[in-house]
This record gives sequence, structure tokens and C-alpha cells, in this order.
Amino acid sequence: MITVKVLYFARLREVLGRSEEQVELPNAATVDVLLDLLRARGDVWARELTERPFRVAVNQEMRDASAQVGAGDEVAIFPPVTGG
Amino acid sequence: MPVRVQEADFDVGAELAALRGGRSDIGAIAVFIGLVRDVNGDSSVQEMLLEHYPAMTHKALEDIVEQARRRWDIFDALVIHRVGRLKPSDQIVLVAVTSAHRGEAFAACEFIMDYLKTRAPFWKKEHTPEGSRWVEARTADEAAAARWERS
Repeated sequence: MITVKVLYFARLREVLGRSEEQVELPNAATVDVLLDLLRARGDVWARELTERPFRVAVNQEMRDASAQVGAGDEVAIFPPVTGG
Repeated sequence: MPVRVQEADFDVGAELAALRGGRSDIGAIAVFIGLVRDVNGDSSVQEMLLEHYPAMTHKALEDIVEQARRRWDIFDALVIHRVGRLKPSDQIVLVAVTSAHRGEAFAACEFIMDYLKTRAPFWKKEHTPEGSRWVEARTADEAAAARWERS
């Protein structure tokens, strides 16, 4: 198993009720594996990560769901950005 | 310093003077300034909160400026983005690009803004008389950024 740090921002941080947590994943996991694990928590997690648009960054770079995650990586999940 | 994220306001005149740095080979400076509006849709906006992802913000903005440098023949670029609490009429963002001629400066400035809008980790929360709400991303912004992938 590996441990990754997961961060939540903006609307997702509020709806999910946390700004960060440590999550355990199998070795050689992808973003998809992490997302499925979070969706399996049900309720608001399943709804937000299935029905609404969101973006993922791994170690501060935008990535898609197929990206690999390793031990100690920082994975951020957030709504589409609205700066500028 | 080409990229800055700060709570404080910025002085456009002073920033442009610093960007020029006394160079006399600059023929064009394209400047974009984003401002807080007091209205969005049917609601009046009283205040705006700009949140960001500090560890990623600089990296994302520097990567966008680097892409602009590779695509156009520009001398320099400056991006300043504010975070925290802002009021209507406040300045949110400044993008300034220097080059020998206006065409390169205009294009690079617009590219930087279009990519910033869709790839830099900032989020706006508006406070209105009806309550607070997170601003939703616009599909028009995605379309504006996607144009540069075709050209």
C-alpha cells in the first residue's frame, strides 16, 4: 500500500467538508483508483465525483484520470478554475 | 519577476515602467487588466473572494508564460493575479507583454489570459444580497483556450 495526500479546493472543499486528508491506495495506483475509492464513500462523494465537473492535479500539474500516483504524491481535486 | 500572486493591489504605471526597464528596443506593450464587476447575471456583487492553490499557482502561471515565449517572439511578460477579498471595480489581474511589434504582443497577451482562465488554479466566490456562491466555469472560456491548440 502507498499513502497519498489529497487536497480539496473551493466549492469541493466546502461540500466535502475537508481541505485535505491522507488516503491509502494499492501500489501502482492511478487517479482513477483514487477517485473510485472516494466515490465508494457514497452520498455527496459519489454525487460530486460522478455528476459534476472537476479537475485533478498530481504534484501541482493538471492530469487526467489515467495518471499514475506514487507514495507521497500530492493529489488535488477541485472544480474547473474561474480566475482572471 | 514575471509572475506574482498577491493580496495587495498593483500600480499599472509602475509595473509597466519596471517591465520596460529602460529598454529602447521595445516597440509594443499589450496590456490586459481584469476588474471585479458589480453585477453577474441577475445579481449584484458586493464582494468577491479569490481562492487559489498556492503550491501550484506559480508553477501553472510560469508554465503558461513559458508556452507564450515559445510561440511568439516577445521580449518579456508579466502576470500579476490577486487573491483574497476584492470589491467591485478592484483590479484582479494584470497581463503585460513586450515585443518589437504589436501583433506578437497582442497574441501572446490574449493567449496568456485564455490559458490562465482555464489552467491556473484560482476560484472566485461572489457575495450577493441573495448569499454567497462559487462562480461556475464558462464553456466560452474553454472554447477561447481551445482555439490556440488548433492554430
